[in-house]
Amino acid sequence: MTDYLVSILTFAGLYGLMALGLNIAWGMAGMINLGLVGFFALGAYASALLTVKAGAPIALGVLAAVAFSAACGVIVALVTARLRDDYLAIVTLGFAEVIRIVASNEIWLTKGTDGISGIPGPLRGQVAPATFNTIYLVIVLAVVVAIVWMFQNVFRSPFGRVLRAIRDDPQVAAVAGKWVLRFKVQAFALSAAILGLAGALYGHYTSYVAPDVFVPLLTLNIVLALSLGGLGNNIGALLGALLIVAFQESARFVGSTPALEATQVAALREFVIAVGLLVVLRWRPQGILPERSPRWIRPLPDAAIEDVHAPSAGA
Amino acid sequence: MVLQLLVNGVIAGAVLAVPAISVNAIYAVLRFPNFAVASLATIGAFAGYVANAWLGVPALGAIVVAFVVAGIAGVVCDELALRPIRARGLMATAIASVALTIALENVMRFLFGNEERGYNLPILRDWQVAGLRISPREVENFAIAVVAMVAVFVFLRFTRTGKAMRAVADNPTLADIKGIDAALVGRLATGIGMGLAGLGGMLLALDTSVDPLTGFRAILSVFAAAVVGGLGSIPGAVVGAMVVGVAEELSLLALPPDYRTAVGFVAILLVLTLRPRGLLGERAQ
Repeated sequence: MTDYLVSILTFAGLYGLMALGLNIAWGMAGMINLGLVGFFALGAYASALLTVKAGAPIALGVLAAVAFSAACGVIVALVTARLRDDYLAIVTLGFAEVIRIVASNEIWLTKGTDGISGIPGPLRGQVAPATFNTIYLVIVLAVVVAIVWMFQNVFRSPFGRVLRAIRDDPQVAAVAGKWVLRFKVQAFALSAAILGLAGALYGHYTSYVAPDVFVPLLTLNIVLALSLGGLGNNIGALLGALLIVAFQESARFVGSTPALEATQVAALREFVIAVGLLVVLRWRPQGILPERSPRWIRPLPDAAIEDVHAPSAGA
Repeated sequence: MVLQLLVNGVIAGAVLAVPAISVNAIYAVLRFPNFAVASLATIGAFAGYVANAWLGVPALGAIVVAFVVAGIAGVVCDELALRPIRARGLMATAIASVALTIALENVMRFLFGNEERGYNLPILRDWQVAGLRISPREVENFAIAVVAMVAVFVFLRFTRTGKAMRAVADNPTLADIKGIDAALVGRLATGIGMGLAGLGGMLLALDTSVDPLTGFRAILSVFAAAVVGGLGSIPGAVVGAMVVGVAEELSLLALPPDYRTAVGFVAILLVLTLRPRGLLGERAQ
């Protein structure tokens, strides 16, 4: 039972990292990323390949994965930063699909749909599996805490303020002398880096990565986690991730009735997740923990702030 | 070889144009990229499958069933899931449409399972014309796609309702002043758009297979066609689909077939870099 809880918490931590990564681009800078699973995959493959094929130490693999995902984030952001949101949605969705196609077909590199197995984990094999799992949970939680601390500072920093200004009105930010493109690229790269970090940590935890992990549903899970927890709120991102993982696990128990086939149970679970997102978007778009501006920069009454935060439909 | 690929590309492009028109028609009126087109294409493919394989309706009749069922399902789902969210802005609606598409995909998975099904069709031998291999089935698909496109053009150009749709797409405020009911036009655009998606989904499935991912597999090519042609432009959807269809086939000269769909993505990037509004579209920035 403890083992089970440890593994759930580890996955919740990884989901939380992804939600944090999405939050800095979407929540703070207003750039949607419907292909976040693509950056997650890039990180997972980069670190897995470096450690398995080149024998690099795990820490180096993870660092390289972060750098690689960030670099890809810069490229995607440069191509799309000047475009309207609807194009960004399409391009990022397509990006993730292309990553999956490449991972499935470049068999010499990724072993195709068989996936890469035997990815090393810290002290795996040297300690009992339960101990390894606990160690890994501690690592993941430490990373999560570090990233939350960092992002909370980003949120309050002038950089974070500029990002929110760009999100709310890029023209005003530009008039105020901010180099909008640079800030957007930085935010997107930072987001991609965290997603890649989550991917690398995922690979070293499960010891196995394959293209069928990186499906659009995973993106949707994270979008739901962040929307549910509270878009723009780092703690909300973690809360949402925890709730999503908890739901998936409980559905595993409830769903094991003999009346339904395994495919049907899985379909039902995915259906509930998707409908859950629709419900949140309709009835609680600000999430459980809404974004809060730091108190000392809150000159407007609440109504006016909500008005500013309302997405501009004609943008 | 190149000529053969060109012919295949034009046929594939015509089939692709149908769901691409669907994306652009909905975009033109409601102004958001509706990713639910993918699952409505799947629903159309399944509706056609039930009519054809279970009830014995010939393929041509089943296509009509696919159009009608997907159109009605599209309007109902839009009313329930997307319309209440549209006020929250374009991004929320686009995301909601992804959620909707995954929800509907899983409804199909729940009902029919993951297995790949085929239609009940007479087996026909390929034609050999001047050294080219042409399958009669593909010619039939091509003809159906062309008929659907012509019908859309006639509808938009010559009927009152079609003109009202174009008016709302061009200038919602002006259309409102003239007394055109924008909500009704939106529903019409969704109904016709999703009907076309269903029809296109069945055409795609005739070529591949009917399964819960029939529509989603094509989503990259469909959106590539819509973006390359110019989001919101119906003629653009046709031109974009031809470009993407031919490019995907020609890519076979240099790339393994699995990369065909990646070609669509490259096309999106090229167009967005060089001509962001698409070949026939409006501003993208």
